[in-house]
Amino acid sequence: MVALCDTLSFYAIFLRRAEENRVFMRYIMRIWGTTHRGKVSTMKNVSLYAKWLGLVFAALILAACSGNDTKEQEAAAAAAAEQAAQEAAAQEAAQERAQAEAAANQREAEAEAAAMGTVFYFGFDSSSLTDEARTQVDAHIAALLGNNDSIRLEGHTDERGTREYNLALGERRANAVRDYMVANGVPSYRIETVSYGEENPVAYGSGESNWQQNRRVELK
Amino acid sequence: MLMRNFFAVLMAVYVSCASAELQIEINQGVENPTPVAIVPFAWQGVGAAPEDVAQIIDSDLARSGQFSPVSRRDMLSFPSRESELFFRDWRAISAEYVLIGRVSVGTQARVDFQLFDVTRQTAVETGTVTGPVSELRMLAHRVSDQVYETLSGIPGAFATRLLYVSVTRNPQGKDFYRLTLADSDGRRPIVLLEGRDPILSPTWSPDGREIAYVSFETSRPAIYRQNLLTGQREQLTNFKGLNNSPAWSPDGNTMALVLSKDGNPDIYLLNLSSRSLTRLTRHFAIDTEPTWMPDGKSLLFTSDRGGRPQIYRYDLRTNKIDRVTFEGPYNARARVAQDGRNVALVHQRDGRYHIAVFDLVTDRLTVLTETSLDESPSIAPNGSIVLYATKRGEESILGAVAVDGGVRFSLPSREGSVQEPAWSPYVTP
Repeated sequence: MVALCDTLSFYAIFLRRAEENRVFMRYIMRIWGTTHRGKVSTMKNVSLYAKWLGLVFAALILAACSGNDTKEQEAAAAAAAEQAAQEAAAQEAAQERAQAEAAANQREAEAEAAAMGTVFYFGFDSSSLTDEARTQVDAHIAALLGNNDSIRLEGHTDERGTREYNLALGERRANAVRDYMVANGVPSYRIETVSYGEENPVAYGSGESNWQQNRRVELK
Repeated sequence: MLMRNFFAVLMAVYVSCASAELQIEINQGVENPTPVAIVPFAWQGVGAAPEDVAQIIDSDLARSGQFSPVSRRDMLSFPSRESELFFRDWRAISAEYVLIGRVSVGTQARVDFQLFDVTRQTAVETGTVTGPVSELRMLAHRVSDQVYETLSGIPGAFATRLLYVSVTRNPQGKDFYRLTLADSDGRRPIVLLEGRDPILSPTWSPDGREIAYVSFETSRPAIYRQNLLTGQREQLTNFKGLNNSPAWSPDGNTMALVLSKDGNPDIYLLNLSSRSLTRLTRHFAIDTEPTWMPDGKSLLFTSDRGGRPQIYRYDLRTNKIDRVTFEGPYNARARVAQDGRNVALVHQRDGRYHIAVFDLVTDRLTVLTETSLDESPSIAPNGSIVLYATKRGEESILGAVAVDGGVRFSLPSREGSVQEPAWSPYVTP
């Protein structure tokens, strides 16, 4: 009995994570021959849950310590507690590994996206993504699917044609990138589009060598 | 951001900026311009005259390309009254007309003038203009208007103003934009708004007291309205997507504009008193650049619903849309002259963008310019000249061409680029 009380107290100190709590609760419930799994697992609010758990806990400890349990029961409980603890630790480790792996993957995806650059170029009078732009945007989509960043897509045109019409063309370009991202799973609410038309050119001169630098969508 | 907006409003009363000032270069006049002698006006005030009124008129008439003012050095006398005028002095230097006058300043400035026909030896025009002393230059332009009308039969458009956007390039970062207001001769520039965010589509209210434009100062395009007398400024739109191409209706009550909040650019009408918004066009294509016919009963706009941008007309009485231009692959950004007949637009031919005039009666399109990156045409309120933006090297400059193609002049900025000109309507003096 003393051993069980010790185990419980010891365990209580280390009760931190909801997952562990859940494992421990299942164990407690098993001892008391009742099943509260459904109820327990629906408790999302950890702090409420912790309070509730504290009360149950105190009652359990009292009940356990003052009860007439047999040695076998104590031993079984101790073994089960140990097993649960091991399971929890293993689960936690696996989770940590998975998280670390995901973080590494995300870092890699973001590095790849960054390497692809944040400026996507377009053909003359076109708002279709070129193969190159698509490869670039794919890399950014991979990065965006793993984070919660909000982005801004700025559409630009070259200087030819009228300013207001070019604002509309710039918007078409920004929307083309947005639509491609949304089609590939990036939530639209994370994407803002704005068109600058032919304002804010990168290259000031005329001629195709300058114009092709200005027909672009910038990701910010 | 708030602070920046505050400064932007403050800029409305900020007067400065020689760098935004335009110069005028006359490139081409008519073949045999009429020689006119504009004699220095007599100054009837204390100290030195604040402005050389005759010089202002001289420059106005020279810029029109239709007159060749006689040099002062060639004048044999400087009469300021009819009694001092001897026609033989003017026949001797082949002047066909002589303008004389007097300037006096009291609580108001007053300019008296008389225009004489040297051949017929008679006065053809006698007039007086008065106004605030600070507006003496504008009084000189009003004399130019009257002289021009007497000699050409067309009202002058010298006593008007220009809005334009000056841009200082910054290859290392963001360009610097200044919305500038100047007299029609490019003088007295006033910066109304400045900052690192683009400003475009400046336009006038029909009474010339207010302007509207698009500014990106909130990091998104929005349409603003600004009173030129009080400096009071108001953001009119803040929709998702495009907010551009404001165009005041001739009665001043409605503003046509372009929004893409419903998916793609369409033309809307904003009632300026009730603030109600009416959607005019519903098409998956680009509809943009609305402009009113002078009678206010229909609008012209640019649409690529036919595959390439062309000019269309929206009839507000029947709500019907019909296509106006068919020549060439690209006709855009129409501006209609006060006669409701001549339409200045951007026309592409062989990959080059020119200013052209389309006649709504004969359906004839006439290309006016030879440069290849011309845009933003704006017609003088007398319908005689189209002001536009074009490129010279890496800078944008303003160009002007007579609707009949006969006269051309350029207005480069002393520094940086100048673009998006908007010629004011006539303002009641």
